[in-house]
Amino acid sequence: MQFMLLFSRQGKLRLQKWYVPLSDKEKKKITRELVQTVLARKPKMCSFLEWRDLKIVYKRYASLYFCCAIEDQDNELITLEIIHRYVELLDKYFGSVCELDIIFNFEKAYFILDEFLLGGEVQETSKKNVLKAIEQADLLQENMKDKGYHFIMQGINDAHLQEKVE
Amino acid sequence: MPEAPRSGQPAPKGPNWEQADWTPPEEEKLIQQELSNLKAAVSAPTTTLKMMKECMVRLIYCEMLGYDASFGYIHAIKLAQQGNLLEKRVGYLAVSLFLHESHELLLLLVNTVVKDLQSTNLVEVCMALTIVSQIFPQEMIPAVLPLIEDKLQHSKEIIRRKAVLALYKFHLIAPNQVQHIHIKFQKALCDRDVGVMAASLHIYHRMIKENSSGYKDLTGSFVTILKQVVGGKLPVDFNYHSVPAPWLQIQLLRILRLLGKDDQRTSELMYDVLDESLRRAELNHNVTYAILFECVHTVYSVYPKSELLEKAAKCIGKFVLSPKINLKYLGLKALTYVIQQDPTLALQHQMTIIECLDHPDPIIKRETLELLYRITNAQNITVIVQKMLEYLHQSKEEYIIVNLVGKIAELAEKYPFVLVLNTVDTYAPDNAWFIQTMNAVFSVGGDVMNPDIPNNFLRLLAEGFDDETEDQQLRLYAVQSYLTLLDVENVFYPQRFLQVMSWVLGEYSYLLDKETPGEVITKLYKLLMNDSISSETKAWLIAAVTKLTPQAHSSNIVERLIQEFTVSLDTCLRQHAFELKHLHENAELMKSLLPVNKSCEDMVVDASLSFLDSHVAEELSQGAAPYKPHHQRQEEKLSQEKVLNFEPYGLSFSSSGFTGRQSPAGISLGSDISGNSAEIGLKETSSLKLEGIQKLWGKEGYLPKKESKTGDETEAPPVSQESIIENVDPTISKKDPSQVLAQSKEEKEKQLLASSLFVGLGSESTVNLLGKADTISHKFRRKSKVKEAISGEKTNAHNMTRSSFSSPTNVTYEEDYYLDNLRDRRDKELEKFALSAELLGSESLAEPPLVEKLSECRRPAPSLFADDMEVFHPPRSTSASLAGESSLASLLEETTEHMHSDLTEVCNTETMSLSSYKIWKDDCLLMVWLVSNKSGSELEGVNLEIAPAENFKITEQPGCCLPIIEAENTKNFQYSVQMEKPFTEGNLSGFINYQMMNTHAVQLEFSVNLSLLDFIRPLKISTEDFGKLWLSFANDVKQNVKMSESQAALPSALKTLQQKLRLHVVDIIGSEGLLACQLLPSIPCLLHFRVHGDVLALWFRSSCSTLPDYLLYQCQKVMEGS
Repeated sequence: MQFMLLFSRQGKLRLQKWYVPLSDKEKKKITRELVQTVLARKPKMCSFLEWRDLKIVYKRYASLYFCCAIEDQDNELITLEIIHRYVELLDKYFGSVCELDIIFNFEKAYFILDEFLLGGEVQETSKKNVLKAIEQADLLQENMKDKGYHFIMQGINDAHLQEKVE
Repeated sequence: MPEAPRSGQPAPKGPNWEQADWTPPEEEKLIQQELSNLKAAVSAPTTTLKMMKECMVRLIYCEMLGYDASFGYIHAIKLAQQGNLLEKRVGYLAVSLFLHESHELLLLLVNTVVKDLQSTNLVEVCMALTIVSQIFPQEMIPAVLPLIEDKLQHSKEIIRRKAVLALYKFHLIAPNQVQHIHIKFQKALCDRDVGVMAASLHIYHRMIKENSSGYKDLTGSFVTILKQVVGGKLPVDFNYHSVPAPWLQIQLLRILRLLGKDDQRTSELMYDVLDESLRRAELNHNVTYAILFECVHTVYSVYPKSELLEKAAKCIGKFVLSPKINLKYLGLKALTYVIQQDPTLALQHQMTIIECLDHPDPIIKRETLELLYRITNAQNITVIVQKMLEYLHQSKEEYIIVNLVGKIAELAEKYPFVLVLNTVDTYAPDNAWFIQTMNAVFSVGGDVMNPDIPNNFLRLLAEGFDDETEDQQLRLYAVQSYLTLLDVENVFYPQRFLQVMSWVLGEYSYLLDKETPGEVITKLYKLLMNDSISSETKAWLIAAVTKLTPQAHSSNIVERLIQEFTVSLDTCLRQHAFELKHLHENAELMKSLLPVNKSCEDMVVDASLSFLDSHVAEELSQGAAPYKPHHQRQEEKLSQEKVLNFEPYGLSFSSSGFTGRQSPAGISLGSDISGNSAEIGLKETSSLKLEGIQKLWGKEGYLPKKESKTGDETEAPPVSQESIIENVDPTISKKDPSQVLAQSKEEKEKQLLASSLFVGLGSESTVNLLGKADTISHKFRRKSKVKEAISGEKTNAHNMTRSSFSSPTNVTYEEDYYLDNLRDRRDKELEKFALSAELLGSESLAEPPLVEKLSECRRPAPSLFADDMEVFHPPRSTSASLAGESSLASLLEETTEHMHSDLTEVCNTETMSLSSYKIWKDDCLLMVWLVSNKSGSELEGVNLEIAPAENFKITEQPGCCLPIIEAENTKNFQYSVQMEKPFTEGNLSGFINYQMMNTHAVQLEFSVNLSLLDFIRPLKISTEDFGKLWLSFANDVKQNVKMSESQAALPSALKTLQQKLRLHVVDIIGSEGLLACQLLPSIPCLLHFRVHGDVLALWFRSSCSTLPDYLLYQCQKVMEGS
């Protein structure tokens, strides 16, 4: 896999992970072009796109688009399942995940992604194992008894909840 | 000092940012504000690591929104270095998101990584390994490599897994640095944890991709792993929507694909598991389709096996016909992979392909064009190119245009003289098509296309094709069309196109009879004065004018041009103008320098540039790289990309010897030949596979199309004007026209399109089958030669006979003795048989075993010589050998009851020789291995073992089991073999161990080929039983086989089938025959055949689905081979 992008229906980037070295300029250009192309596609169209010499596999979950770039010889269908498994992982971790969870805890979303995909390859396919690894690292948080941090997290979570209620 | 951002009141990543109606200017202001706050915060000495962590998260977010956060990069590294676990985690994350592999700041991270790798805290080690697997400076690998290697032995699987992935990363960026740990990868492959094993597959996939031959020995392991995964032996954790470890399956299938490519032996190992994968993936879920797709790809990539190909083809059908668009797309993709091997698949799905061609989703359309591109031949090219041009005109993306333009140009250049059906129903080469297509290519592809395209085009045009008048017409047409294009006002052509035009006009304007060179010069001059034209193109234009000047009558314009450009600021143009000026002053020189239509003739120049040789030699001696011409570099580059088959598909042509460009005369000759009766037989054979599909589709496409063609000419839509109908078979086209009228017009259009697209496909359907290695028949042939040699010499002196016997098989004296003994016995047997055969009188009705024996066994040597054998026999000793001899004698006694093959040596050493032969017993195949001791001392610990083979059940027969062989003695091992699943050919391998006195043990490996025919026995049934059985069998296969001339008669065909295939002749009725056989232990197969001239119509039926196919294959081999 070459890269993975998450963006909203409005075209706002929510998460980006690049597995190939590219300059910032290129990254921006690619992101802009891809977001436009994907958003322009109709709902019943194919989930795959040929884009330059890459294959783009995308899927929409609620208001978020998950978009992966793979090479020609890679399997498009399994890439769709990679996306799905990632969504499943997010869902399990956050408990019925929504776009806001990813906005507010995007570093968590990255941590989960890094446990699932490493260097563009699937690292661990067992849902249990991925979440175990994340929880292990998260547990440290509890042990740290970092009150200041908790305070902030509490604040953000409150705002988050408030947003959800609204 | 500004406040630390976390206490800043409006949280910068607050929810109101995310509202859809948020206006960018406000967002920008907010973020710029936030960034300046962050900038101050990160560099302030009072900022704690805790605060820094929060800053990092915000910086990541800002950068994602597209703002520059590079001032924070160094702080991300610091955070990873100094922070506690939580801060470190964010620090590492920020580093992985901010930096790339070659970023110089990354060097500062190396120490931290080394420290964390040595940490006792698991989480720290995990973090370090994660960052290493993502980004790590290549030159620093040695610093961490030993630490990571250690981690491969770590007790925690997560650490081992991450260590393997880190090594994978190293392998990607610096393969030579991890060369030495290949053995450890093997350990990872055998890891008890599935995750670690799966991670190691990434490395193996990579390594096998680079060098598949180095890892063939691992095939068995991969197959075993896949079998376990497919069989659901993994922990349930790895299931994904109740499919066991799909990622693992796919990775393994990919590895097997690489290993089995063009390698029959390796491929045979994986047939079973591929079959099982195809079978298991039946759940209707995306992920099973993902596995199926991979599996189909693998089946078509490894050495072909017809049974699997058939199943894979069915799977492709499932994809193509699926209503789900994603699956349909993959179906098309799969078709593009396999279409070269099996063009009939395109025929099967032609209507779907036609529908996809007009699909609203451009990606589907594009993949369809890719598919069509691969089935292009001389007959469907115009239609396919037209479709591609249509798509080209709609696309805007540069990458697509470049790609498509290249393909169109390639196709057009491959078939410049396509035949177009004109109004009077004759085929005529249409040079307009080529030029028009190329015009479209140049005007759309313009300046983005590959520069080779215009160059190739000009070269083709200049060098010409086979026929000079055709070439001239083509050139003339080009000149005319360019002049017309240039007349159009206010149209801007790409520079490349103008360059092509100016070259062609300069070279070939003399062909015009209406317009004078002067008029052409005027047009070129107008272009030269155009400001939008680049100076490079202007140089081309001046060159064209220069060429035309000697032909022109008046030179006003030329003089004006010279005037203007000799003062041009562009030095290049000025030089051209001066050249023109001087040439123009010397008309004679000009005419000799610029002759008409001589662009392809060689000028007398030192083309080898020999005056540079010494310079080149000097450079080379100083280590300069040797020069590679441009095209070679290009080819090297291309060969790394997608491999495409550039050969046309029309088998009917290639079989008649037409390749490459076809002249019109050649085509008409081709159709004559195919109308010939000799060809019809061949065509029937090759198109037979189509019968299973639909009667409506013939080799030329949709058959009713021809009806509409012949029946109602005017109703045909315009497409037919451009499509070419090749080799219209008159017998097919005579059908009821009312059927056609019933179809709706739209349908008909589609079918017309289909027939024009798929014309000329499908003639290669049998090529795969026949392409298989044909070792058995060779064996037979060789044997018959030996037989001849023997029979020719059998009356000669004894020593002569001996040499002729021993040379082909290389058997030892001792074995010769037994053989002769055997021959002696067989001699008598055969005499009896021969007698009975004579008594029966009818050759064709004789029992097959008899004929088999006659043909398969060696002619016995006269017993007289066998008696003399003692003279040559080396001295033997004592009782053990006698025991051996007696057991052998009993064995031979047994063998005389059954047919058996020749003795062939499978392996030998100085001291020992191992030979084997097959005994075709009624209920099984008995394999006998003879081990003979050639040395003067005894062999100890002799042990022969046969490796279990997948398709066979092997049972050791009790025999002489003493592990010692006396000097100069022989002993035998017997194994009975049963076939468990039908196949065409298999291998039985094993090894033999022995020890000479006081020396080390020796192990020798050997293998024997087994054929399906080894397990076929005649089935003796009555005609009545045959009839009953025939009706009860569901699996049937029909095929027409062309017989070689020597067998073109019923009796000889019958004889061949009886002898070579061991079929029992049940009955003969006129020109039809009924035969029956069984595959051991008891799978019956019936054959009905009929002879028409030299074509044999075979019809097999059996209770087993695969057996008829295999038998048919063998049948074809014996009927066509001999």
